[in-house]
Amino acid sequence: MCGIIGLHLRDPELHPMLGSLLDDMLCGVSERGPDSVGVAVYGDEQRNPPGQSAVSVLHAPGDLDVAVGALLPNRPSVTATRTGDTTVLAAPVAAEALTAAVAAAAPDALVVGRGDDLVVYKGVGHPSDLAVTYGLREVTGWQGLAHTRMATESAIIPEGCHPYSVGPNQCLVHNGSFSNHATVRRDLQRAGVSFDSENDSEVGARFVAACLAEGDDLEKALLRLGETFDGFYTLLVTSEEGFAVVRDEIACKPAVIAEHPRWVAMASEFRALADLPGIGEARVWEPDPGKVYTWQR
Amino acid sequence: MAALSRSEAEERAPSPVTVDLRESGVRALNAELHAPTAAAYEVLNPLGAHSIGAGIAHEIDVHVRGNAGYFCAGMNQRGRVVVDGSAGNGVAENMMSGSVRVRGDASQAAGATGRGGLLVIEGRASMRCGISMKGIDIVVGGDIGAMGAFMAQAGRLVVCGDVGDGLGDSIYEARIYVRGTVGTLGADCVEKEMRDEHRAELAELLAAAGLDHSVDEFRRYGSGRTLYHFTSEHSASY
Repeated sequence: MCGIIGLHLRDPELHPMLGSLLDDMLCGVSERGPDSVGVAVYGDEQRNPPGQSAVSVLHAPGDLDVAVGALLPNRPSVTATRTGDTTVLAAPVAAEALTAAVAAAAPDALVVGRGDDLVVYKGVGHPSDLAVTYGLREVTGWQGLAHTRMATESAIIPEGCHPYSVGPNQCLVHNGSFSNHATVRRDLQRAGVSFDSENDSEVGARFVAACLAEGDDLEKALLRLGETFDGFYTLLVTSEEGFAVVRDEIACKPAVIAEHPRWVAMASEFRALADLPGIGEARVWEPDPGKVYTWQR
Repeated sequence: MAALSRSEAEERAPSPVTVDLRESGVRALNAELHAPTAAAYEVLNPLGAHSIGAGIAHEIDVHVRGNAGYFCAGMNQRGRVVVDGSAGNGVAENMMSGSVRVRGDASQAAGATGRGGLLVIEGRASMRCGISMKGIDIVVGGDIGAMGAFMAQAGRLVVCGDVGDGLGDSIYEARIYVRGTVGTLGADCVEKEMRDEHRAELAELLAAAGLDHSVDEFRRYGSGRTLYHFTSEHSASY
């Protein structure tokens, strides 16, 4: 199973409500994935302040902010906020520099998200509990997504949570399973890509990141994914540019898109969209198999 | 509580009994619908909840005011269900008799495995509409997605709009009428002649659905009957 929600806000007046809207949407997919939840938020100025980068880390040691600050040029102030299993570090340096400092200071920690506009949370537990842990209702910003997991092919641990965020400001969430992920993983490894988990969805995220790094846009990257991967998938992919949805050609994994002048949303099921403001006037449809839908900021 | 007969129920509650799903859950609603004490019900705030009105077995009217989730009116027998909105996966799946009308769009597998009754979808239906249908009648006002009437065994499927790829793949029997274009036909699904008896049954189905298209705008599809038996001359290829 697994549940996906995504919300892209077009109307800045809604930005302060992003978290409460996401929380209501999350309730609608909690039965589809009661074992763990990951959330990604774009544009929350409290959690990722303007002019700073943020890195989300699992297994962070207690004094990571001090250790990371000592490794960065000019010893900038680093803030660390622990939220359940996830620790978010923010500092006025580039995301790549902050990521490298985290890796050097805590080799056993795992970076699960990085960027200058993005915060990622991962954890094991019921969606309604984790929404409180993450402070989801207080989140602000212009875009967010979440994934509720019902694990089928790898362990129920925070590392197994979606989204997979393997490039700056990029996220991918997946409902389904890839059947040839081991082959694609080996091809990517031969090309120099390294992996953090055994999860099939991470292979999809790494593939998309590699395509984007080659200069593809999101639509091209997802069409290439469809040519390369076998298996079942509904994917939601986000970046600082916007939001893309694609389903495989058989399309047995559900997806509903709703488009409104003030927002665009997608979810595994309609009930996750039912409380969005103006849903009655929104255009609601199921994405066609194999077709990539994108929205730019 | 024991179910009342329709006349007893009408006497007791002449206007519809209202159930607000924000206040009472689907289980409470369905328990009442399984042993009805009224002849008609109005369901408010469905908000995409699953299994609304599944397992109705009495001659009752149920009006769902909003969007229903998965399996709405599944296994319906004798009930008359109207959804004033869209319906999720498997609306009226395995319906035995009665009728279900969706005023908006329906998701995948609408009317799956249905054995009887009439399912009307006024909007569009997604993929696998009428998959493995076994006697149900389905009338769709708009388009349907790919793999419609997959492995259909009996019943009638009427599509007033266009049809996606793979229509009637591996069909046993069932008669399919399409007014718009067909993407591709599935294995052993073929176009067939429209004879007078087909025009007559199509006119009846359109009238039952409340649609007034001319039957001359439709084409008929059905089983080529070449997948029924193994043939000895092809034995080497099996």
